[in-house]
Amino acid sequence: MTVAPGDPARPLRDRPEPTFRGTPPFPEAARVALADDQLRANLGRATTTIRTKRAAAVAERADWEELRLAGAAIKDAVLHDLPALLEQLEQSVTAAGGTVHWARDAAEANAIVAAITHATGARDVVKVKSMATQEIELNEALRLEGIDVWETDLAEMIVQLGHDLPSHILVPAIHRNRSEIRDIFIDEMGRVGRPAPAGLTDAPPELAEAARLHLREKFLRARVAVSGANFAVAETGTVVVVESEGNGRMCLTLPETLITVMGIEKLVPTWRDLEVFLQLLPRSATAERMNPYTSMWTGVTPGDGPQAFHLILLDNGRTDTLSDPTGRQALRCIRCSACLNVCPVYERTGGQAYGSVYPGPIGAILTPQLRGIAKHPVDKQTASLPFASSLCGACFDVCPVRIDIPEVLVHLRGQVVRQSEADHRVPSREQVAFGVAAWTLRTPRRLGLAERSAGLVGRVLARRGMLGRIPGPGPVGGWFRARDMRAPARESFRAWWRTKGGRGSDDR
Amino acid sequence: MRIALFIACYNDALFPEVGQAVVRLLRRLGHEVEFPAEQTCCGQLHFNSGYQDACIPLVGRFADVFAGFDAVVTPSGSCASMVRRYHPVVAALDSAARIDPTLPDRVAAVGPHVYELSELLVDVLGVVDVGARFPHTVAFHPTCHSARLLGVGDRPTRLLNAVEGLTVVDLPRSASCCGFGGTFAVKNADTSIAMGIDKVDDVLASGAEVLTAGDTSCLMHIGGLLSRRNSPVRVMHLAEILASTGGDA
Repeated sequence: MTVAPGDPARPLRDRPEPTFRGTPPFPEAARVALADDQLRANLGRATTTIRTKRAAAVAERADWEELRLAGAAIKDAVLHDLPALLEQLEQSVTAAGGTVHWARDAAEANAIVAAITHATGARDVVKVKSMATQEIELNEALRLEGIDVWETDLAEMIVQLGHDLPSHILVPAIHRNRSEIRDIFIDEMGRVGRPAPAGLTDAPPELAEAARLHLREKFLRARVAVSGANFAVAETGTVVVVESEGNGRMCLTLPETLITVMGIEKLVPTWRDLEVFLQLLPRSATAERMNPYTSMWTGVTPGDGPQAFHLILLDNGRTDTLSDPTGRQALRCIRCSACLNVCPVYERTGGQAYGSVYPGPIGAILTPQLRGIAKHPVDKQTASLPFASSLCGACFDVCPVRIDIPEVLVHLRGQVVRQSEADHRVPSREQVAFGVAAWTLRTPRRLGLAERSAGLVGRVLARRGMLGRIPGPGPVGGWFRARDMRAPARESFRAWWRTKGGRGSDDR
Repeated sequence: MRIALFIACYNDALFPEVGQAVVRLLRRLGHEVEFPAEQTCCGQLHFNSGYQDACIPLVGRFADVFAGFDAVVTPSGSCASMVRRYHPVVAALDSAARIDPTLPDRVAAVGPHVYELSELLVDVLGVVDVGARFPHTVAFHPTCHSARLLGVGDRPTRLLNAVEGLTVVDLPRSASCCGFGGTFAVKNADTSIAMGIDKVDDVLASGAEVLTAGDTSCLMHIGGLLSRRNSPVRVMHLAEILASTGGDA
C-alpha cells in the first residue's frame, strides 16, 4: 500500500495503543522475560556495550565526583524552592510569548493537549521522544480524541510501528535487534505512511535511511508538535530538549504550534546551573562528551519557529513524592538511563517486566512513588517493584545526580510492608515468618535453641552436609529449584565457642 | 587491643567453620579474640525486607554488646555494611526515637570500630602476609556490599596474593552481582537464579578450583548452584583460606 503525501492512512486510530496496565507483578513478568533467549541476548549485548562506553567517557573527567555533587545539590535546591521557581518559570515563559498550563494529573494534561490540538484544526501531531507524555499515556488519549500521533525518535518509532512497549528510557527498542527492526519496517511502515524501500536489508545505514524517508513526510506535513523537556531555566523561561537524531530539532522548529509537557521537577534556576547537567547527562546517557542536538527556545520568536508555544507543567504524583524526605531524591533524576545499563536485574529481564515507562532501578523507586505509595496502598504490581533488586548498588555508583537508589528501595519496601500489615487483619505467611524470626533473634538463648533444632532437622534431611531438591511452593521451592543449600551445622559457632573455642578467655 | 568477633547469624548456624577460621587466624597472628555471647543478628534481613521496626531492638543489642571494643571483626562484608551504613538509619527512624531515644549515640559510638575481615587485617593489624599456605588456584568474587558499601577495594586480593602456593585467577565480569540479594533470592527466585547461573559460568570459565569471597551468603547461593551441577569447584570464605597452613583446608 502506498500513501500519497497529504493523504495519511489512519489505521493506528482503529487499534488501541499497547499499555503497561495489566502487567503482572515483577517476579511473574520477569519469569516470562527470562525465558526469551533472543531478548536476553539482545539486552546483554546492548547493555554491556553502553556500560563500557559510559565508564570510559566518565573516566575522562577528573572532576566527575564534583560534578555529581553539584548536580545533586542543584536539584535538591530546586526541590526545596519548587513553588517559587515554578511561578518564576511561568512568568518568564509568559513574558516571552508562551502560554503556561498546570496539570495535576494525566487526565488534565491529556485534555489540555487535546484541546490545543483541536483548536488548531490539526488531526495529527508529531512527537519528540518524551518520558512525561508516555507516563500520562498521551498517545492513547489523543487517539481517542481522533488525533493521530507519530513518534519521530527512531527507537520510539520502532516501538510504535511494532505495536510494542518501550523497554528502556533512552533506547526504548533496546530489546530488538536489527533484523527484527527490518521486519517491522517492511510490515508496518506502509500502513501508516511511506513504505520501506524495496529490498531493505538489516544494514544499519539502510534502516536509518528508511526511517529518514518515512519520517520526512511526517515532519513536513505536521502543524502541531508535542515534546517533553529535559530542563527549563526559571530565570529566562528557556526550555531545553536534548536528543541525538535531529528529529527533535525538526519537531521543535517546523510546526506552527509546539506543546511541551514537562514534569514540575525538570527546572533549573539559572543558565549556570544548566551547565552542570549538560556535562553530566550526555556522558551518563550515551557516553558522549557533548550532546549532538541541544535545542533551546524561549517562548516564541516572530517569524522563526513555532508561533504558538504551550508549556504544560505536570504534577501527576510528583508533589506526593516530594513529601517523602527519603524518597524525594528520585525527583533529581535526569533520565539518563545509566542505572538501567549497569543493573544486573534489568540486564536479564529487560524493561517491560517493570510494567512502567520507567523501568530498571530508577523505575523501581520512581513508579511506586508517582503512583502514590506515600499516600495510599498501591496495587500488587506496583508493590512488587521495590523488591525487584538484589540491592547490589551498581545503580548508585553511576547515578550522575547521586540518587541512593538502594536506600530508597529499602525505604519503599518498608512502606509496602506497613501497608500490607494494615491490610491483613490476619497476618500473612510472610509477616508471621518475619515475626517469628525477629522474636528468635531478640535473645541469644532463643537463637541458640533455634540453631540446635535446625541442626537436628538438617541431620535428618541432609546428604553429605547438603540439602538437595526440596520441592514446594513459595520461598523454599524458589531456593531449591536450582540451588542446593548447606544444612544447618550440628554444632553452631556459639555452641562450639562455649565448649571448645573460648579456651576460657573472657567471653563476657 | 580488644577484638570482638561478630559472627553473623547465618554463619553461626550454617557455617561455624568460618568463625572458627577467623579465631584460628587471629590467634596465629597473636591476637586474642572475644566472642560476646549476647550477640544475635545485625538486623539486615528484616531491614532490607521492609520490616524496619523489627530491627530497632537488634540494632540496640548490637550497639550495647559491642560497645567498648577496639575493633569488632565480622566475616561478612554485608553485615559490616549494615552496621556502618544502615544502623544509623534505623536509629534515626521516628519509631526508634520513641522506643530508644539514646540509640543514635550508641550506634554512632560503635559503628566506626566495625570491620570486615580484610579491613581488620590490612588497616588495623597492618598485615598482608598472614602466613597462610594454600596451594590452589582461587578466584575472588568481590561481593557487592563489600565492594560498594564498604569499599574494601583490593585488600582481599592483596591478602590472597601473599598466601604461599596460591594462584589468583581472574574472574570475568567480577563486579557483576551474583544475584543472592537476601530475600531477593526467593522473592525473585527466577531472576536470582539467572544471575547466579551467569556467575557460575564465569567461575567455571576462570579455571579456578576454589571460589572465595568475604561473604558466606553470596557463596551459599553460588555454591548451591555449583553443588546442584555436581561441580568440583568449591566455595570457601576468605577466612578459611587465610587460616589454612597445610596443603588443604
